[in-house]
Amino acid sequence: MSEADILKPCLLKIEAVIDETPDVKTLRLVFMDEQEGKNFTFRTGQFGEYSVFGEGECTFCIASPPTRTGYIECTFRKAGRVTSALADLEPGETIGFRGPYGNIFPIHEWEKKNLLFIAGGIALPPMRSVIWNVLDLRERFKDITIVYGARTVADLVYKRELAEWAERPDVRLITTVDPGGETPDWKGEIGFVPAVLDKAAPAVASRETVAVVCGPPVMIKFTFPVLAKLGFAPESIFTTLENRMKCGVGKCGRCNVGRYFVCKDGPVFTFAQLKEMPQEY
Amino acid sequence: METENKSIRRDALEKLFSQWLAGGKRILAPKKIGDKIDFAAVTSLAEVSRDHVQTVQSPKTSVFPRVEELFSFKSSDGRVQIRERNGASLGETVVFGLRPCDAAAYASLAAIFTWDNPDSLFSARLAKTTVIGVSCARADEYCFCTAVGGGPGATAGSDILLTDLGSGEYLAEIVSEKGRQTVQATPGQFLPAAGKEKENRLAKVDPAFALDKIAPALAVLFDDAAFWEEQSRRCLGCGACAYVCPTCACFDIQDEGGVSGQRLRCWDSCGFSLFTLHTSGHNPRALQSQRWRQRLMHKFAYMPERQQVLGCVGCGRCSRACPVDMNILEHLRAIAEAKP
Repeated sequence: MSEADILKPCLLKIEAVIDETPDVKTLRLVFMDEQEGKNFTFRTGQFGEYSVFGEGECTFCIASPPTRTGYIECTFRKAGRVTSALADLEPGETIGFRGPYGNIFPIHEWEKKNLLFIAGGIALPPMRSVIWNVLDLRERFKDITIVYGARTVADLVYKRELAEWAERPDVRLITTVDPGGETPDWKGEIGFVPAVLDKAAPAVASRETVAVVCGPPVMIKFTFPVLAKLGFAPESIFTTLENRMKCGVGKCGRCNVGRYFVCKDGPVFTFAQLKEMPQEY
Repeated sequence: METENKSIRRDALEKLFSQWLAGGKRILAPKKIGDKIDFAAVTSLAEVSRDHVQTVQSPKTSVFPRVEELFSFKSSDGRVQIRERNGASLGETVVFGLRPCDAAAYASLAAIFTWDNPDSLFSARLAKTTVIGVSCARADEYCFCTAVGGGPGATAGSDILLTDLGSGEYLAEIVSEKGRQTVQATPGQFLPAAGKEKENRLAKVDPAFALDKIAPALAVLFDDAAFWEEQSRRCLGCGACAYVCPTCACFDIQDEGGVSGQRLRCWDSCGFSLFTLHTSGHNPRALQSQRWRQRLMHKFAYMPERQQVLGCVGCGRCSRACPVDMNILEHLRAIAEAKP
């Protein structure tokens, strides 16, 4: 990245808008400048600063995998000023993008291992990038299990992709909704993610399994003990942190967890690292 | 370069001012404004305050404006055009008469803005700023420069450091290449120093605490919630300390002006509860005690570790500005002497 450009965004055109839930959308984005698009590379786990001009910037992981080129996708819940403005945009309109920033999921170190993905609610998008990344390189990994839960059936994101994963013989998908969140025709599990994970304990030796956990703090809090019980070493459990950010490049001062910048040293951390870090996330 | 000693008379300094102004440079210097002394644009040496200990605000606006346009944009029919700021077109500034603590603060700011991805606007401003410090003949009970590696006559950060020798004469220590260029650009104004000494002209500031005890103590104290609760009991979270601080550089990014407007970088403070608040309502530093801890940890633990520079120069402004009379010096002494 050139020195002149660190806070100046590229321009992206919205190619498609996908409604995931009543308040969650996915945008498919292409670079307005063809050369900029060709030069753009990222690795799974990295994030960007997306902007609606006149409203401001907000931070999301890149939700598409680096194995699919020519576009990037982001998925967000309409919540604040910028995401509300983003949600109002239509195909053809222009947004700003800075990135990619941050570190990566080290999937090259996960080859020949089993992978266990555990996500809750709106935390599937950062994990969707790495899930498609490993599925696009499927032969390099052993068993792949995805445990995904949301409060209600309506809150499950990427429903078409969940259906696609459910049909794949090389993926084990377990979906669950919180008690009371089910619909009459719901065929998945009913229960909180940690309990469902405990019950469906992967029938794979955890020493050869890497776990990736993404979700609200309460889900993470109750998932780590289950993984510890299953025999996962803290070094084999990965997560991605989402502290508030402005600059994304280690200067604005707000995303730090102790001495660590989530924007530079993260967002991907292992549970072993989190245990050494102060509770500032 | 090696520091070179010269001397300059007050009437020659006045000529330098005229030359700088004629060359289109802006001169920022301490000036009496109402009942305060603060940095302001001046056009003559006579306007520059000489008898103050410290200004209310620091001169950091010279490189890090309170509100700064990063770029402007124009939107129409869903299309956006961005107009970049051109750092090269920024004017030159002479910051004159700042104290050695403020001169030292430029290194802390530069560490933050250039430690990894260099910030072009900051770098452009720094390159176009000449720093002419004046050493301190007086200090007050809030000053603690000598505890954090500085001193009333420290040259670090100044391009030229002046020391008032009395009788209208100054010792001029030429510290940097930019300082030497200033001398060369004004032939005949700087004279040989001829054995003149500054030592007996300087304020006495005894080291107020042992700096080497601070970072190790902070590492142990991080999880001592009661300690930070006690330290921050009076803190209102008003952010005055950060706004007057010469090294605080935390910022916000905001858009203004609607669809055809500007993206702005604005000063911010880790003392504000909104600083780290997530959209979900979760706040990683929900308590004022955690925010006070962040302020001290950032300056005395994280910056030395990550950027190899302290985030404090001992100017004492935060203590002078605090509406509830929190004196950072007392807090740092308590940290240095804590027995966790």
